[in-house]
Amino acid sequence: MGMENVIELRGVSKALKAFTIDNMNLQIKQGYVTGFIGANGAGKSTTMKLIMNLLQPDKGKVSVFGLDYANHEKTIKDRIGFVYDSNIFYESLNLKDISRIVAPAYKHWDDKQFKFYVKQFELPLNKAIKKFSKGMQMKASIAIALSHDAELIIMDEPTAGLDPTSRRELLDIFQEVMVDGKRTILFSTHITSDLERIADYIVLIDEGQILFDKPVYELQEQYAIVKGSTELLDADTEAYFIKIERSPNGFQALTKDVAKVKEVFGEHAVIEEASLEEIMFYMKGADHPYD
Amino acid sequence: MQIIISNSSKEPIYEQILKQIQTAILSGELAEGDALPSIRQLAKDLKISVITTKRAYEELEKAGFIYSIVGKGSFIAEQNLDVIREKKLKVIEEQLSAVISNSKEIGLPYEELQELLKLLYEE
Repeated sequence: MGMENVIELRGVSKALKAFTIDNMNLQIKQGYVTGFIGANGAGKSTTMKLIMNLLQPDKGKVSVFGLDYANHEKTIKDRIGFVYDSNIFYESLNLKDISRIVAPAYKHWDDKQFKFYVKQFELPLNKAIKKFSKGMQMKASIAIALSHDAELIIMDEPTAGLDPTSRRELLDIFQEVMVDGKRTILFSTHITSDLERIADYIVLIDEGQILFDKPVYELQEQYAIVKGSTELLDADTEAYFIKIERSPNGFQALTKDVAKVKEVFGEHAVIEEASLEEIMFYMKGADHPYD
Repeated sequence: MQIIISNSSKEPIYEQILKQIQTAILSGELAEGDALPSIRQLAKDLKISVITTKRAYEELEKAGFIYSIVGKGSFIAEQNLDVIREKKLKVIEEQLSAVISNSKEIGLPYEELQELLKLLYEE
């Protein structure tokens, strides 16, 4: 079967009040973790809503599991676990009620699994959801997503509001559910260190445009932070950089052609691995973003 | 065998995995037919991405160290240790030639070079 796309956006456009998505193409690969990054308002949530059919594209096609929403909405939704930050549950209910109400909606609800995660996340069964902290609410919706045997787990900022220990536990669980290779995870986050650990692919979005979609090792091998004296910069060498920051003490810049920079600057510049955070920072307002 | 990776090393993680498995094969710790952990299990155990372990296994397969059977996993391939040793020796010869020409450039006598080598070897 090889590389299969579980989500495909083809030529998707959507005009909203605040901004527009124009002709977006995106493929999410089956069996892998894709991290979705970008600044606030870059279009991450809108893209996820398009994938979930909570918004419909003005133009273009969205397919999930190779199916379209017009004919297969129920089948698709049954196979997706969707976790997002605003609380989707009836506030005055508790988890016991919810498992009773939510369970029949899914074909493959596993009550044992649900109890396992509730215990693992130390969630109270009898407390009203509205009394949960934000982190607990997130854990509750993750527990539900993982308990109906979803093949595709889509999460909008799942680690936001969680303390470092809970975040680590959650990442362990995500890795655990990826072991059999049947599932796919797409999640957006601001906490890029989470992605550095578990993401296989990184999609960066800015102003409604996908800036890149790459396997993590490609980012590590091609991108780098370069520091050196501004004397190294001229019209030719500046072209190697996505964005350059100058100060009286020298320059710092992001390149996506580290081999070339090494060849040209050699020992004259400091070349360091770029973190996702640095890549995000420099790509925003880049001088040469799309070349 | 155990694989220990460093997140702060300059060496890419897939290369660290690759080298440690290679070393285990060359030292005889892993023998022909031995099963390696699955790509996904190893990723989980090492707390790294699946694509990273996948890359390491793909490189090992390309170099003939391991083979994979769909649905069964990855195994240590038959190794021609003499051939591997021969290749390594060739690399060592090339590296030593470079050392010698560098030494000659700065007029370092043979005895001093030998002393230096001895010192480093015993480190």
